[in-house]
Amino acid sequence: MAGPSPVVLDPSGYDLPDSQRRVLRWTMYIGYAALIAGVFHGLANALSYAGISIIGWFPALSNYYQGLTAHGVANVLIFTFSFSNAFLPLLTARALSRPLNSGLLWASFLALVAGNVLAVYAIASNQASVLYTSYAPLQAHWSYYLGLVLVVVSTWLAMLNMWAAMRGWRKEHAGERTPLLAYISVASYLMWFLASLPIAVAFLGFQLPWSLGLVDQIDPLLTRTLFWFTGHAIVYAWLLPAYVSWYALIPRQVDGELISDSYTRIVFILFLLLSIPTGFHHQYADPGISTGMKALHGVLTFGVFFPSLATAFSVMASLEIGGRRRGGKGLLGWIRKLPWDDPSVTAQLLAMLTFVLGGATGLVNASYTMNQVIHNTTWVPGHFHMTVGTAVALTLMGVGYWLVPYLTRRALVGRRIALASSWIYAIGVLIFARGMISGGLEGMPRRTFMAEASYYSEAWRLPGILTGVGGTMMFVGVMLFFAVIGLTILIGSRGHEPIDVPISRTMTTPARSGWEPALDRLGWWAIAAVVLIVIAYGPFFLAYEIVPVSPGYRLF
Amino acid sequence: MKIHVWERAFLAAGATVLVACGAALIYVTVGMDIHLPGDHGRVDPARLAETPPFDAPGVRQLDDGRWEAVVIGRTWTFEPAEIRVPAGVEVVFTATSADVLHGFNIEGTRMNLMLIPGQISQNTYTFDEPGEYLLICHEYCGIGHHFMAGRVIVEEGPTVATSESPEMEVR
Repeated sequence: MAGPSPVVLDPSGYDLPDSQRRVLRWTMYIGYAALIAGVFHGLANALSYAGISIIGWFPALSNYYQGLTAHGVANVLIFTFSFSNAFLPLLTARALSRPLNSGLLWASFLALVAGNVLAVYAIASNQASVLYTSYAPLQAHWSYYLGLVLVVVSTWLAMLNMWAAMRGWRKEHAGERTPLLAYISVASYLMWFLASLPIAVAFLGFQLPWSLGLVDQIDPLLTRTLFWFTGHAIVYAWLLPAYVSWYALIPRQVDGELISDSYTRIVFILFLLLSIPTGFHHQYADPGISTGMKALHGVLTFGVFFPSLATAFSVMASLEIGGRRRGGKGLLGWIRKLPWDDPSVTAQLLAMLTFVLGGATGLVNASYTMNQVIHNTTWVPGHFHMTVGTAVALTLMGVGYWLVPYLTRRALVGRRIALASSWIYAIGVLIFARGMISGGLEGMPRRTFMAEASYYSEAWRLPGILTGVGGTMMFVGVMLFFAVIGLTILIGSRGHEPIDVPISRTMTTPARSGWEPALDRLGWWAIAAVVLIVIAYGPFFLAYEIVPVSPGYRLF
Repeated sequence: MKIHVWERAFLAAGATVLVACGAALIYVTVGMDIHLPGDHGRVDPARLAETPPFDAPGVRQLDDGRWEAVVIGRTWTFEPAEIRVPAGVEVVFTATSADVLHGFNIEGTRMNLMLIPGQISQNTYTFDEPGEYLLICHEYCGIGHHFMAGRVIVEEGPTVATSESPEMEVR
């Protein structure tokens, strides 16, 4: 087994200036606050499928779909990006042992705050109950579109900050390999930066002027297509920060090692290349898009499944090394020896296990004609609550169990509660997804106030009950997480907190010659990604005639 | 870069599974003639009343022996809300939206379309089993979304009278 890699395992114990730690901490708090705010309506959604309406418990809500909009925006947009805006720049700075740019850090934070204020205003006043997908011609108040654009701008500023740090490091270390942890952090947000451009065009170029009354009509298929141009890659933007933890941090937390430097870089390059040119697989049921384009995106979607398979192997190997070092014997004995008493590890292990099912159900979504059986049924939220709702959310909760103590310099309070939270959440999501997925196969529609719908099918009874039971457990899990984090921030003891980011060693260290240094040329890989995007989307947009036919509708 | 033999085997097995799944989908499309909706042209949602075929929503027999169901989705109803077609005959569903996005999903079948204003949605389906099927709008379309449903009544035998458009029954 190779020794420690100086490029990955940085022994310097570099620590960011306190002023920057504080901004990162508050950025992360916004994310966790959004997670907690969003799950209240998650509970209402899940119970609605069990035939129970608790909308009356929320006097601030005008209707179910206002709450559903809040759930989606808070949990998949604000939570994920706020967390990543703190997490990825922190890891980049730590891996490079150099501070971030304070101006950019503040600008990113303020853009995030301003975006939240605008979006919360629009949603809370029931002027934006359009669900997070924001499909025109349902029209929200302009502050909703502008608020979400500012949230995206905050991610761009975070990206710029990381890029500048990496550029600075590379200038001072000519001929050296970029530290792996910084590399995969930057690659994650570089992919997102490219992916976010179409939604920026949709909002700034079409939906914002239309909501302000500057233009009267809009082309609904165009804005929907721009949304999904961003919208599949966005799920990888949520997922990749979790992958960063699984690849580069979790091995250290379980006494294992990251398997291969180049392998990890190649996986992230594949995500950079393949995440974006796949959006039409969300539009298989749409009119106005040729089946040829849909088939091309279907093939590319199968392609982007491949780096996730590679991840499964690498991460599992890291875990096995750790489990065996901790005394695990036999074929599977190492699993039991993993540090299941560490809530940060347990949360992420359960997230990984759930992700296996999330990935498999995702392959069904991508499977071209098979998609017709499940499109817009509860199968889809059943699937994505195991991906973004668990692989990502539970991982980000697990990371919080070391990251919050690290950033606040207070030890974690309530380790057992934290462990219980993860188990309750993970078992809950499996029950929930079993309900949603089986209901979806029976045609149970997603995004529908089932408790008061005018139609019903007997086949939805058990799926609905499982959805309600599982969703309630997920809610309890998040509330326990909230208690642990809240108590840690308020009363955690000083002096026992983790003093550094758990950076892993790498078994196969980075080569300094041959073809492998070319992996570090992220700019060139980004250009390659753009070429693929042009091939996958060019024919559609070149042939597409924009015909604005729809005035705005406010039906909420 | 050294890749361990087990790692290579795992990646090869994974790639094989993906290729096999892809081959199955090609077989379904080419061999079994099951298709996704494609590009079927446009229509001005403000002028549906004077644009064929949407000027006369309902069910009719086509010259080639197939049947066509022309449906308009508008908040919060389908027009017609009851679609009567024969079993065992290919039915062409042609649909669009008069206002916002709607969904068009016939329970227990693969007939699953998005209705987008300005675009014509189309796909074909043959019902093997007579019976009553729920037709559900499965895309959020405003505060009355969960009231938007209709039904498809599949009748025995190849000849059936063209249906009227009775009002949707609401529970």
